[in-house]
Amino acid sequence: MSLEEYKGVFTFAQQVDHKLEGVAFELIGKGKELANDLGTEVTAVLLGSDIKDLADQLAEYGADHVIVVDDPELKDYRTEPYAQALAGVINEFKPEIFLVGATAIGRDLGPTVSARVATGLTADCTSLEIGNFPLNAPEDQQKKNQLLMTRPAFGGNTIATIACPDNRPQMATVRPGVMIKLEPKKGAKADIIEYKADLKKNNKYVEILDIVKEVKKTADIMEAKILVSGGRGVGSAENFKLLDDLAEAIGGTVSCSRAVVDNGWKPKDLQVGQTGKTVRPNVYFAIGISGAIQHIAGMEESDIIIAINKDETAPIFDVADYGIVGDLNKIVPALTDAIKAANAAK
Amino acid sequence: MKIVVCVKQVPDTKNGVVFNADGTLNRAAMDKVMNPDDKAGLEVALQLKEKYDAEITVVTMGIPDADAVLREAFAMGADKGVLITDRVLGGADTWATSSTIAAGIRNLDYDLIITGRQAIDGDTAQVGPQIGEHLGIPVISYAKSVEVEGNNIIVERQYDDRTHKLKAAMPALVTCLAEATTPRYMTPGGIFDAFEKEVTVWGRNDLKDLDDANVGLAGSPTKIAKASDKVRKGAGEKVTLDPTESVKYIMDKLNEKHVI
Repeated sequence: MSLEEYKGVFTFAQQVDHKLEGVAFELIGKGKELANDLGTEVTAVLLGSDIKDLADQLAEYGADHVIVVDDPELKDYRTEPYAQALAGVINEFKPEIFLVGATAIGRDLGPTVSARVATGLTADCTSLEIGNFPLNAPEDQQKKNQLLMTRPAFGGNTIATIACPDNRPQMATVRPGVMIKLEPKKGAKADIIEYKADLKKNNKYVEILDIVKEVKKTADIMEAKILVSGGRGVGSAENFKLLDDLAEAIGGTVSCSRAVVDNGWKPKDLQVGQTGKTVRPNVYFAIGISGAIQHIAGMEESDIIIAINKDETAPIFDVADYGIVGDLNKIVPALTDAIKAANAAK
Repeated sequence: MKIVVCVKQVPDTKNGVVFNADGTLNRAAMDKVMNPDDKAGLEVALQLKEKYDAEITVVTMGIPDADAVLREAFAMGADKGVLITDRVLGGADTWATSSTIAAGIRNLDYDLIITGRQAIDGDTAQVGPQIGEHLGIPVISYAKSVEVEGNNIIVERQYDDRTHKLKAAMPALVTCLAEATTPRYMTPGGIFDAFEKEVTVWGRNDLKDLDDANVGLAGSPTKIAKASDKVRKGAGEKVTLDPTESVKYIMDKLNEKHVI
């Protein structure tokens, strides 16, 4: 393959039930940055059935072009028709970079498509930039304008930067909540390209017998501006009342560490960390959270981290902007009262 | 019915991670275990074996010591074991690993292939689906349960906010979630058998229909540019104050940052 034939940054615009996922916009935001560095443009790829009208939203978040593959076979996600459609788009339009959200869909579609088009895929990236590879080689031996993909491994204990110098597209999945979406421009329009995927039923098609949706009972912690997060140190499900009260007073949302979920104090939806969700709120209160590396991996990008813990050696203090060594049972209720008083004085 | 289960030997991160002076992982200093999602996959296979009298072949790729995970699988009830090991296969990324394992599986009879969703060292979740892609069979990832109905499998597939119940024609590949089931313990008789049983060892030359361009470090499209222990942002302030002063301290910071 001739690498020069491959141009442009493409992003997968994941929609489920006719609703675009947040990560679809985040990828466009990051894609714009990469495209600027490369002097190229961003194309969002939208797959589904009766979804053409969603293209305008992608334009408002910064997509220059939107490729729409609209086919009844793509109504609900199934690996094979989606992989055929996406591989078709890649073979037809030859992007140099293809980004996919590291969702339960993207982590299925990404590896299937990358194997089908015979290229590399880097999973769960937390940082993407354009640079030269190998990093420390003399300039005349470096390949220019490569996608450098950084990802954690070993549960966040190590970090690796990966390149895909000899195959195209350079593919990466990106965890939701890690990249930042652009401010939407109302009324912005993209160039819309309708692509007819030649979907062929084969042995790899699966049949959907039933779809059971989980009823969302909990808040979306990835959207919260302020998170009041509790760990094992909170002590019991009942004692989380202290955090609920603080969250209510400050206009935040309660989240938690893995230990809390394992103890059955809070549902898994609220878990922050490597096996939970990645969050980056304006303020993250870490209350009674010791700060296992897997937890820190999911919240260290928060703007301000305030930790309250009675153990002064707790690793959470290594990443906290403001650490208070003390008893959460005394500090948290008093803080709630102080915030209520400040709100009342406004 | 013939089931192939793919397992990986991984460093045990439960008791922390040991680094070399240069920041790379000191694998030799860490215990090694069967990857948890793979162990759940093996348990799912063992349950199918009990119901349908299936034969289970466990396949691993790794260094010669990875033989240990096959012995563990024997002790849990697996029937046969294959170790794919060869220096030229080392340093493989997910493309090269899946190409290699798929070539190994082509040497076997199979109706169903079960892998774990992902390994705790790489966390990529790519090798399972890519093995299926190379073999040209249906793949269902993130499985919560697997049942067999005639020539089909019925699988509950977990998504972020829903579960799909799917039907696929065999041969097929399924990747299992660790949450799907609790793996059984090794039995004393099983442990005894485990060291009697023969492990089949395959090197590069035992793998047919596999291009040299697709194996090992050289055959990996992705290359590591750099790897290191994670550098984290430094600690900020840490104070020890009485509760009243603590609250004042936090309120001052929240005001300073215009949070309230």
